[in-house]
Amino acid sequence: MKVVLRNPRRELDMSGPRRVNALLAELDLNREAVLVIVDGTLVTGDATLPADATVEVRPVISGGAR
Amino acid sequence: MKCKACRQPAVIDIPRHNAAFCADCFVRHCQEQVVRSIAAFDMMSRSDRVLVAVSGGKDSLALWDMLMDLGYQADGLYLGLGIGDYSGSSIGYVRSFAADRGATLVEVDIPAEFGFDIPTGAAAARRAPCSACGLSKRHLFNKAARDGGYDAVATGHNLDDEAAVLFGNVLRWDTAYLGRQLPVLPGTDGFARKVKPLVRLSERETAAYCVIKGIDYQVEECPQSAGNRHLGYKAALNDIEVRSPGSKAAFYFGFLERIAPLVAGVAEEERRDLHPCPECGSPTVADLCAFCALVAKATRGKLSGAADRTSG
Repeated sequence: MKVVLRNPRRELDMSGPRRVNALLAELDLNREAVLVIVDGTLVTGDATLPADATVEVRPVISGGAR
Repeated sequence: MKCKACRQPAVIDIPRHNAAFCADCFVRHCQEQVVRSIAAFDMMSRSDRVLVAVSGGKDSLALWDMLMDLGYQADGLYLGLGIGDYSGSSIGYVRSFAADRGATLVEVDIPAEFGFDIPTGAAAARRAPCSACGLSKRHLFNKAARDGGYDAVATGHNLDDEAAVLFGNVLRWDTAYLGRQLPVLPGTDGFARKVKPLVRLSERETAAYCVIKGIDYQVEECPQSAGNRHLGYKAALNDIEVRSPGSKAAFYFGFLERIAPLVAGVAEEERRDLHPCPECGSPTVADLCAFCALVAKATRGKLSGAADRTSG
């Protein structure tokens, strides 16, 4: 599967299928800090991502002056 | 996972609520949290005119969207910070949202109106960029609300923001800041009422709200925020949260319930020392308010012209 990461934007090729939580664990990402989006739709941690999916892992943490 | 409310397939899980939601029920969940915050802290009524501080990011656009959906008279205020391409793209998201919703947007451009941008202003004043940006926002949000006759300024501070700021204030035992860290700051002489209706929502929830509602927002982080200490506090709190869901909410709302009343007097004492800034009339405890001092340093002594614009 193709995994798109942001800040900075980059793409990774990873094997699949695999569950969202397993993907985040392999990428060492905290589930509180990201959303996982497939074809414009949010997916939950227990969802299985197919091998041919394009997956966006979008950070949600904002910093700086608020 | 199934939606907690309707048992349809869920699109997002919220561990601290031990719940998952489908798209429609999640939007309702977010609105309910905002309604609950507004009521619990007596933030505003639907007859109030509210100025929503919008940056182009997820929180402020989600807030503006929810307040309008809930029937509030909410206009937007965007501050141009002069942060290169980042500011250029941010205003695009805000204008697009306002046009789509038919909402009123007020724009203030700091470089055009005050003669400096945030990066150069911060360097001139020897402040961190986030510090110069934050004080400029507080000053100009307040000024725009008062000039425009708004009853309140609403900001998109979420649970993560408040927990991270609280964490930092506790690390330093900064009782003056702790005394002011409330979801509502009442309008007093010189200050517009300030409200934070998103304090019951995490930033993961506000981002999910935008994705579900199709709100396009600035995902990229501000290039000036690298090294910001609150980002480190958020990461530390998220490490705790993932092991013990609900910790951030317990930390913040426990503070509001049990500690904030104990330190309220410190903030009250500070308010007694407020007097009008001699340049712009804004309340300050210093000889010159922080914004006028920043303008003076950033424009190398061209204060009188800048102050005219500030007070105009």
